Amino acid sequence: MSTAAVAARSAGLGLGLKGSLSRNRRWAMIASYFFLVLFAIFFLIPPYYMIVTAFKSDAEVAHMATNPWIIADGVTLDQFKILLTQTDFLRFFRNTAIVTLCVVAITMVVSVLAAFSLGRMRFWGSSILATGIFLTYLVPDTLLFIPLFQIVKAFGLLNSYWGMVLVYPTLTVPFCTWIMIGYFQSIPKELDEAALIDGAGHMQMLTKIFIPVALPGIIAAMIFAFTVSWAAFVYPMAFLYSADQQVLTVGTVTSLIRGDVYKWGMLMAGALLAAAPPLVIYAFLMDYYIAGLTAGATKG
Amino acid sequence: MAEVSLRNVVKRFDNVEAVRSINLDIPDNEFVVLVGPSGCGKSTTLRMIAGLEELTSGDIYIGGEVVNDRPPKDRDIAMVFQNYALYPHMTAYENMSFGLKLRKFSKDEIRRRVDNAARILDITELLERKPKALSGGQRQRVAMGRAIVRNPKVFLFDEPLSNLDAKLRVQMRTEIKRVHQMVKTTTVYVTHDQVEAMTLADRVVVMNGGAIEQIASPQDLYHRPKTRFVAGFIGSPAMNFMRCRLEQNGAGLRVRVSDKISLPVPAARTARYQSLIGKELTLGLRPEHITEPRRSDRDQNCEFSVTLDVVEPMGMETMVFFGVDGQEICGRVDPGSAAGPGEIMRLYANMEHVHLIDPQTHQVL
Repeated sequence: MSTAAVAARSAGLGLGLKGSLSRNRRWAMIASYFFLVLFAIFFLIPPYYMIVTAFKSDAEVAHMATNPWIIADGVTLDQFKILLTQTDFLRFFRNTAIVTLCVVAITMVVSVLAAFSLGRMRFWGSSILATGIFLTYLVPDTLLFIPLFQIVKAFGLLNSYWGMVLVYPTLTVPFCTWIMIGYFQSIPKELDEAALIDGAGHMQMLTKIFIPVALPGIIAAMIFAFTVSWAAFVYPMAFLYSADQQVLTVGTVTSLIRGDVYKWGMLMAGALLAAAPPLVIYAFLMDYYIAGLTAGATKG
Repeated sequence: MAEVSLRNVVKRFDNVEAVRSINLDIPDNEFVVLVGPSGCGKSTTLRMIAGLEELTSGDIYIGGEVVNDRPPKDRDIAMVFQNYALYPHMTAYENMSFGLKLRKFSKDEIRRRVDNAARILDITELLERKPKALSGGQRQRVAMGRAIVRNPKVFLFDEPLSNLDAKLRVQMRTEIKRVHQMVKTTTVYVTHDQVEAMTLADRVVVMNGGAIEQIASPQDLYHRPKTRFVAGFIGSPAMNFMRCRLEQNGAGLRVRVSDKISLPVPAARTARYQSLIGKELTLGLRPEHITEPRRSDRDQNCEFSVTLDVVEPMGMETMVFFGVDGQEICGRVDPGSAAGPGEIMRLYANMEHVHLIDPQTHQVL
């Protein structure tokens, strides 16, 4: 066989192989896109419905004959105006923001310190304690609110959003500590030893080395604490009953649903406004969030 | 500047004795290398000097003072780690200045020291880079810089070159030696690589099973090992060991290693070995001392013929492998003289360098 013939044959073989590979890849891509689009539609329907309804007039919402998926009578901001001027929505928003800020701050201080000591400072029982902390996260809040009711009452914080500042960390601290333990454990031990030799104490080691290095994990934990606190429903439902102390989730629902009268337009406008802060925060910090969660998961 | 002393230092992890009562004196400015296989206790010893591990018993002195209970920061030591342990969120400059900042040095002094160390290590232009933007060798330089700026009493190196590729390792080895010559400081260096130990050390401490086998200069260690372990550990390829029996041969002695091979013992050692006649011993001879017959004034009694099993050309020399009484033996011959595998080759054993080892005590006799 001549050299040219060999070259031509091997080129042909190469092409054949490449062809089959790219065909496989094409099918995989088609299948991926199909399912991704399907999921995206599935998950985007509720927000879409929310947005469309929020910008409709009450009359259009109530009209049974109109198409619920489109705005037929023109976009209106009436729902937002009424919501912001004639209801306690802004107060709910303020209460939620205060509670969330406090909960995130408390959670981060407690869980970073707890995770640092459990993850990095070997002491008797530290691994059992770490597992124990995670186990507490497995107890659902629907079970916890009854004993917590007694505790909140004992502190005189029933019907006060400060009670929420006390109880939300029972949900956020265990999980955030768990994420942070995984993250801190993934940092090589030579880093603390280098810091020790450089002259750092444990607190300096934490603030100057561990927190900056574990920032993606800390931000992931922060987003989690924020989400839990912003979206909590069971606890405020159980512990808060006057409008001036209410938070967004329960407040919006209780003030805009009167008996069997649902103010759909305002409910959707309220939901849209309530969803805005988490959306903005997620958009900015999503990369950190994913990096933080995966690092904790694989290296912890 | 300080000397380091270890007195009866023991380290036990649960029931495992990692370091067994070692004694070591390192004079001021000396470069000492702790070398040994994995798990021999060398890193644990270094970490005890650093204060990263507590002693089970014994004392460690730095500069004449017992430092057993002092935390690492109060021992005035600096350490370079195997994986560099650079702070990933800080630039090279910040990494090097971190220890000085914690010790509240003035900004001008910090700048002066970092610039000086950067000049020594040739990393001035890398100071603003973060570790991820540096290569392995550059990271190791920064890690060394972090140690140098502190101007400590003792430098500790924990296998600092293990993560580098072979070429860079050789380059950094020279660099470390150069830095030590410039910044005269007592240095304890841990490695499992005997070539590193031999090239860098003023004195080498060979450790095995948590104990010190021998402390000696590289040349002494190579030529006068005290135990079979040291003889086998130092040198590459490793020393050949053969079962042998010492026999009287007229006024002299011979070692018989097989039915066909019997080699004369140098006359200077006859008196020393006299009491060992008839005993089963182990003969140790380095590959570089088994060659093709070279000098014309050689003792022809030291020659023997073998059938080669494997031939490994290395360029400058060729390794030949052959069996003696079921034991694989290696020789280093001139590439031009090597026979092929399966062929018979005449070899010469330089008996001036022979070691006789007691197979029970493993001591070199």
